[in-house]
Amino acid sequence: MGLILFYILGGLTLVAALGVVTTRNIVYGALFLLVAMSGVAGLFVLLFAEFLALVQLLIYGGAIIIVILFALMLTRTTDFSVATEHRRWPMAAVISLALFGLLAGAAIGDSGDYNTYQRSGISIEELGKGLFENWAVPFEIASIVLLVALIGAIVIGRSGEEEGGEGDQG
Amino acid sequence: MSPLKDNSIFSWTYESVANTLGGPEWLAYGLGAMAVIMVVVNGFLLIGTIFTWMERKVVSRFQSRVGPNRVGPFGILQAIADAVKLLFQEDIVPRRADRLLFNAAPIVMLAPSLLALAVIPFGSGSYVADINIAVLYVVGMSGIASLAVLMAGYSSGNKLALLGSMRAVAMLLSYEIPLVMALLGITILAGSMSMVDIIEAQSVPFLLVSPLGALIFLIAMSAELNRPPFDVTEAESELVGGYLTEYSGMKFGVFYLAEFSNVVLAGALFAILFLDGWEWAVLPSHLWFLIKVFGFLFVASWVRATLPRMRIDHILAFAWKYLFPLSLVNVVALAMETIAWPDPSPVQLWMMIAINWGIAFTAIPLMSLVTNLGTPARAGQRVVQTEEVN
Repeated sequence: MGLILFYILGGLTLVAALGVVTTRNIVYGALFLLVAMSGVAGLFVLLFAEFLALVQLLIYGGAIIIVILFALMLTRTTDFSVATEHRRWPMAAVISLALFGLLAGAAIGDSGDYNTYQRSGISIEELGKGLFENWAVPFEIASIVLLVALIGAIVIGRSGEEEGGEGDQG
Repeated sequence: MSPLKDNSIFSWTYESVANTLGGPEWLAYGLGAMAVIMVVVNGFLLIGTIFTWMERKVVSRFQSRVGPNRVGPFGILQAIADAVKLLFQEDIVPRRADRLLFNAAPIVMLAPSLLALAVIPFGSGSYVADINIAVLYVVGMSGIASLAVLMAGYSSGNKLALLGSMRAVAMLLSYEIPLVMALLGITILAGSMSMVDIIEAQSVPFLLVSPLGALIFLIAMSAELNRPPFDVTEAESELVGGYLTEYSGMKFGVFYLAEFSNVVLAGALFAILFLDGWEWAVLPSHLWFLIKVFGFLFVASWVRATLPRMRIDHILAFAWKYLFPLSLVNVVALAMETIAWPDPSPVQLWMMIAINWGIAFTAIPLMSLVTNLGTPARAGQRVVQTEEVN
């Protein structure tokens, strides 16, 4: 049962990921990306990582894809919706293949241990304790990085507004 | 798979297929699960349909009208008449529309609210699944609905529809944060994200323990549901019908049904999180739960009938400058109280309630002074400013 679901979800993820890079319509590309992310979330559920799966769906489905679509629609979609130019695909292919090699190597090297692991769900209590007791410093560093990125985005956004003369301070 | 076994509908179907009829186990399991889904989904959509009638009736009473009264007693069959009308309406797809996304959008709109039903306990012991991240699951599902709004707006090939969906998504993203913060407060209080645990943790309904959280939840939920005073996405005077402009026939019907069903879902959430679910029952638990849900629905109709529509920039400013800080105050207060009294005795609980009401009554006016939103002085300044510019 689990194996059948794994192949269905894995196939869905792969087809959708191929769709992201092959489609010419950029909005379809974003939606394909969402399907691929949801497929990965499904794989997380199969690995009993329900929390991770939901966060995957919440962050990618609920936030990132929507922001991507939002940005696409705010720009003039008629000019950008159909991409005609893709000369840089060899470089992208090389990088993707290198990354695939790295991940596949890690997965194959690790798969011996994987089958012996006791697989069970982790409760959010355990996850919270792990994050805030064992990994508190990396967690805080990550939140500071995010805060800096947020402030930077606001500063860049506001400076553009003043130069454009659209501010209503007058 | 274990919670399904406790479900009476499931076990009845399972038993009758597996034992009485002698069918194979997988068939019994599948049919049992199907029976549960049939009852839950259809029951939910039926309540959503009843709510469309109820809201029209309630709003018309507020406006000194009679409301639907032709089809059936008190017009109760009006919803069915509307559905029949929509079924026979011509299904128009605009020439500039993106056919695939245009047809998929209503499905993407309705599906998440049906998926979210899986974790809603409708009565003692009757739920499909009791997962330990149920609250987060419901939020995740409601996030997908905003994707449907974008899809509908984009695929219609209509400027007004696109504008409507842009407004909708800006609003949905903004109000999701206070909403999640209010839910976080409940999670801190209950010490769990499971709906059943949250109900069992309420020795006193959380409406009393966390009044600020309940208010934030109500406001943010009305925005998430595109209901007045936050219904700018389909402001008829500005945007025709917003992202619904190009939809006709049953596709429009599905959007309409999804909107009203989402309100029912929000009512169920409110009943679980703040009104103690099915407990304190003087009636059978399912009926008692439904009464609480319809209480919320009445308040929702009341708000719709009473408040005028807000402007989109006011709505966004309200979310970020007022509701978001308020929800932070709520979360910090609840977290500190939970650290101070991890397992409150009745006396401590009532002290907690008193403190939280005190915080609510000081924080709400104080925050409006600090942020200076919507006070007459600010409005006056604005008028003066625009006059100077002109």
